[in-house]
Amino acid sequence: MSETVIKCESVYKIFGENAKKMLEESNGNVDAKTFQEKGCIVGVNNASFEVAKGEMLVVMGLSGSGKSTLLRCISRLTDATGGKIFIEGQDLLELNNKELIELRRNKMGMVFQSFALLPHKTVVENIAFPLQIKGTNTEDSINRAMEMVKLVGLDGRENYFPRELSGGQQQRVGIARSLAVEPDIWFLDEPFSALDPLIRKEMQDEFLRLQEKLQKTIMFITHDFDEALKLADRIAIMKDGIIEQLDTPAKIVLNPATEYVRKFTEEVPREKVLIIEDVMDASSKDNLGDLKVSKDEIIENVAEKILTQEKLVGVVDSNNNIVGSIKPSKIIDTVFGGRKNGS
Amino acid sequence: MEYLKKYPKLFQWLFLLIVFFALCFAIDVPETYKFIRGQAEFVKDPNQSVYFFLGKEVRYYAFDVFWRLPPLLGWLPIWINDSLFFLMNEWMPMEFWNEDTQEFKTRPLLLEISRNLTSFMTFLIELIREILLGGLETIVAFTSWDFIDAYPWLELPGLPWTIVAAGAAILSYKLSGKGLALFAGLTMIYISIFGQWKPSMQTLSFILVAAPLSFIFGLGLGIAAYKSKRVEKALYPILLVMQTMPQYAVLVPALVLFGVGDHAAVIITMVVAVPPMILLTILGLRAIPPEVIEAGRMSGCTNWQLMFKVLIPTARRDILIGVNQVIMVCFSMAVISAFIGAKGLGFNLLLALNQLNIGLALEAGLCISLIAILLDKMSLAWANKQTDYFGNLSFYQRNKNVIFFAASFVIGIILAYVGTFIFKGSFNYLFEIPHNKGISTADFWNKGVDWIFDTFFVYIKAFNTWLIQDVLQPMRALYLRMPAVATLVLAVGAGYLIGGIRSALVVAALTLFIALSPWWDRALVTLYMATFGVVISCLIGFTVGTLCFQNKKSAAFMLGVCDIFQTFPSFVYLIPVMMLFGITDTSVLIAVIVYATIPATRYTIEGLRSVPVGLHEAATMSGVNKFQRLTKIEFPLAFPHMMLGLNQTIVFALFMVIIGAFIGTEDLGQYILKALSDKNGAGIGLTLGICVAFIGLIFDNLIRTWVEKRKKHLGIA
Ligand SMILES: Nc1ncnc2c1ncn2[C@@H]1O[C@H](COP(=O)(O)OP(=O)(O)O)[C@@H](O)[C@H]1O
Ligand SMILES: [Mg+2]
Repeated sequence: MSETVIKCESVYKIFGENAKKMLEESNGNVDAKTFQEKGCIVGVNNASFEVAKGEMLVVMGLSGSGKSTLLRCISRLTDATGGKIFIEGQDLLELNNKELIELRRNKMGMVFQSFALLPHKTVVENIAFPLQIKGTNTEDSINRAMEMVKLVGLDGRENYFPRELSGGQQQRVGIARSLAVEPDIWFLDEPFSALDPLIRKEMQDEFLRLQEKLQKTIMFITHDFDEALKLADRIAIMKDGIIEQLDTPAKIVLNPATEYVRKFTEEVPREKVLIIEDVMDASSKDNLGDLKVSKDEIIENVAEKILTQEKLVGVVDSNNNIVGSIKPSKIIDTVFGGRKNGS
Repeated sequence: MEYLKKYPKLFQWLFLLIVFFALCFAIDVPETYKFIRGQAEFVKDPNQSVYFFLGKEVRYYAFDVFWRLPPLLGWLPIWINDSLFFLMNEWMPMEFWNEDTQEFKTRPLLLEISRNLTSFMTFLIELIREILLGGLETIVAFTSWDFIDAYPWLELPGLPWTIVAAGAAILSYKLSGKGLALFAGLTMIYISIFGQWKPSMQTLSFILVAAPLSFIFGLGLGIAAYKSKRVEKALYPILLVMQTMPQYAVLVPALVLFGVGDHAAVIITMVVAVPPMILLTILGLRAIPPEVIEAGRMSGCTNWQLMFKVLIPTARRDILIGVNQVIMVCFSMAVISAFIGAKGLGFNLLLALNQLNIGLALEAGLCISLIAILLDKMSLAWANKQTDYFGNLSFYQRNKNVIFFAASFVIGIILAYVGTFIFKGSFNYLFEIPHNKGISTADFWNKGVDWIFDTFFVYIKAFNTWLIQDVLQPMRALYLRMPAVATLVLAVGAGYLIGGIRSALVVAALTLFIALSPWWDRALVTLYMATFGVVISCLIGFTVGTLCFQNKKSAAFMLGVCDIFQTFPSFVYLIPVMMLFGITDTSVLIAVIVYATIPATRYTIEGLRSVPVGLHEAATMSGVNKFQRLTKIEFPLAFPHMMLGLNQTIVFALFMVIIGAFIGTEDLGQYILKALSDKNGAGIGLTLGICVAFIGLIFDNLIRTWVEKRKKHLGIA
């Protein structure tokens, strides 16, 4: 794997007066119920993971499961109660106020669910805001902000106030603002949850287009599993502050680690998530028919072709070497079967 | 029994009323009771009872305790007085360096602080005043009288009125545009031509010191309270009392602490103007969505940047209302503090009213109101101002306002210079039009008043007599007829029914304070006038508000009218009513009604407006007609907000009733006014002020508690 950008080691966030003391006494064995009885709310419970450069980690979970709290720990909007967080190898909790501000000014960008635009500033002023805070002069920051306005497709509206824009447009401003300082790390906290479904889809596509171009390291939060599947390199599923499973979408669908995760995956159309490699038979490479498919194809895209075949279909890698085969009936199995037993 | 179960509250209220009336009828008026005129409590009379407390002698007329409680707090004003005297003259003596005599001198700490504060404020006011009007105090402050004798040309000449007028217009243009610029220019020209220049500039210099200082202190303390719960807890009770404390009442202690003059007026204005600013700052900051704060922090803001670039601008709406209030209070105080020697329009206004010269009063009042509106609009425009980044402006375009001002400065000076030749030997009208040398319309107005009096005398008199004899006097008698115990039971019972034990206790404490003070009877008179005013104001306000609400344009128009009326200093309202009804209770009450109708109207419109649009549509769809919609949907939902309007209406009414003492009423205000000229008045004034504030707070507590419950019930908390 390439270099690690974000690294969490046993991060805890517990709200309440004696949180720190209680955490120490519990020796890392935090039980939400007993803590709640003593007046503490567990936000994040023993989270450990890494995010690599250019990777998009989607954190998924129902509302109240601690996603935002986790993100706020990593951006140090709130201080974690226990554990360690490293940003590009730097211990986040060791940073003093000044270093933290520097980090935020140069490395981090964040997008919020409620957009969180400054109501007294116009679109272009909002986008230029982080630059001006940094001390960039007015002309440069406005020019840069205008580039961002074009990037998110809001040209012509740069002098509008947030209240004059629709939700989707406001979130474009939020995105542009978070990108204005060219951060390496991009946090998005349910950026599309407040939008209606059509706009949401449009924004997701737009977001993928942007990421294609920018290749940021991303932590993306959502409570929508479909959104997670659509965007993620890897997904972390949270429940009651605990990360239940962290894996690629396909592996989560194929091997749910817990009952809770399995419930989520039940309704997922597998053909949209799994690729040929996930379901092929790597041991039999003989008796192949004429059709060959790439191992990285999503099943949905090639299902029709495969189903018209009678013989085994060959699976090839990017160098056109045969790496396995797949029976047409396996496709039917994957799409219609499999959902009961989970494999 | 069934009804009892269905409407338990109703029966509880009925029960309370029955107890109240039973008490009223059961307790007879003592034969010796009469409404006490004059300060009987401080006059020796063998019929009085006497007690000593903390070494203070308190005299009072004793009655049956059910009828009137004995003034167990009678020592409080005397005690406050003595304490103030002690603090000022004896407490914490320290050595201070004296510049003039070049030696150390021992002085009480508070006296020294007061002296320093006084000279600082005086300096600020004089500085602005002399820039506008000319003078030599500022130069002297930096040098000495000898110095100015040696170099007399150093005396500040003052600005010709033409330059100030042009400056005001150009500034308004920069802030807002042509409309405001025109208004600013015309206002200044009006002031000048009508010979009000000097007093206007005196008032303006007072405001230009008091308003920014109040704003800064209010904002600062508001921020401190927002950041620290402890500060907020310490401030809150003071803020609450100050909100309902009549402005007269704070004048008296100011006299003791800071003496007489503009500086004392500025300090005391700040005491009155800062609390609403603090409250609104806290309110605004609290209402900021947490994500906006996080967005600011993620943009890499330092604490300082976060406060001034994110938090305060985001809370702008509430803070602006605060600024508006500050300006309002400052202008109000500009008039009222003429009682403690502030110069300017306020002084002229009071003088004119005292001499019953309605015409002159009207001119001064108009000037004050115009300046108030102008400053209010300018501050608003300033806060809403925007920068244009994209216009490719030339040097001239970018600096045209400065250039224009420079040009008008030069032209103004040339004009003033030319003026010295034109008006040789008389006043230089192009420099400054002296007081009473401008055009005066006073005669016209006075004749108008006389004409009105001559023509309509019969009707006015008839109305006046009817109102006083058939409405006001019986009502007053009824209020005074209430035994103290019955009033207490009613107040505490209402507190209990609305807010449970907690409210009952608060109300009991507040009412007891008034009942145990020597001024219960007076408080009842204040209450009766306020009640009368509030009832009529609410009727008018709710009707007008509801009617205006039917149409978007008229609603917006009405709110604008409310804005402008609110900007008028409270004293100004006395002018037209005195024109019509002379010196009677009727005048006071009509002023009360006009003044208190403003919040009643405003809150009605705002309340109705806040009803969600979806509900309108749903109702219209289900075939409800306009009237049904109003009574079944809009009123119930808007009612909590309208009740907050009632709260404001009560506070406004109380303020105006107290100010009405100037015309001559027999309530608490009369004593406050008297205390102003009493050398031991500080304690009395302050205690009286607290009494009035507590009347306001009783209603405030009850209404707020009710509104909160109701909002929860309706799910619109
Ligand atoms: N400032 C806070 N004080 C106390 N509890 C909090 C605070 N912020 C969040 N929580 C609690 O932490 C839990 C996780 O919240 P959050 O991270 O916002 O959930 P999510 O973003 O997944 O919806 C919730 O139970 C919430 O009530
Ligand atoms: Mg969240």
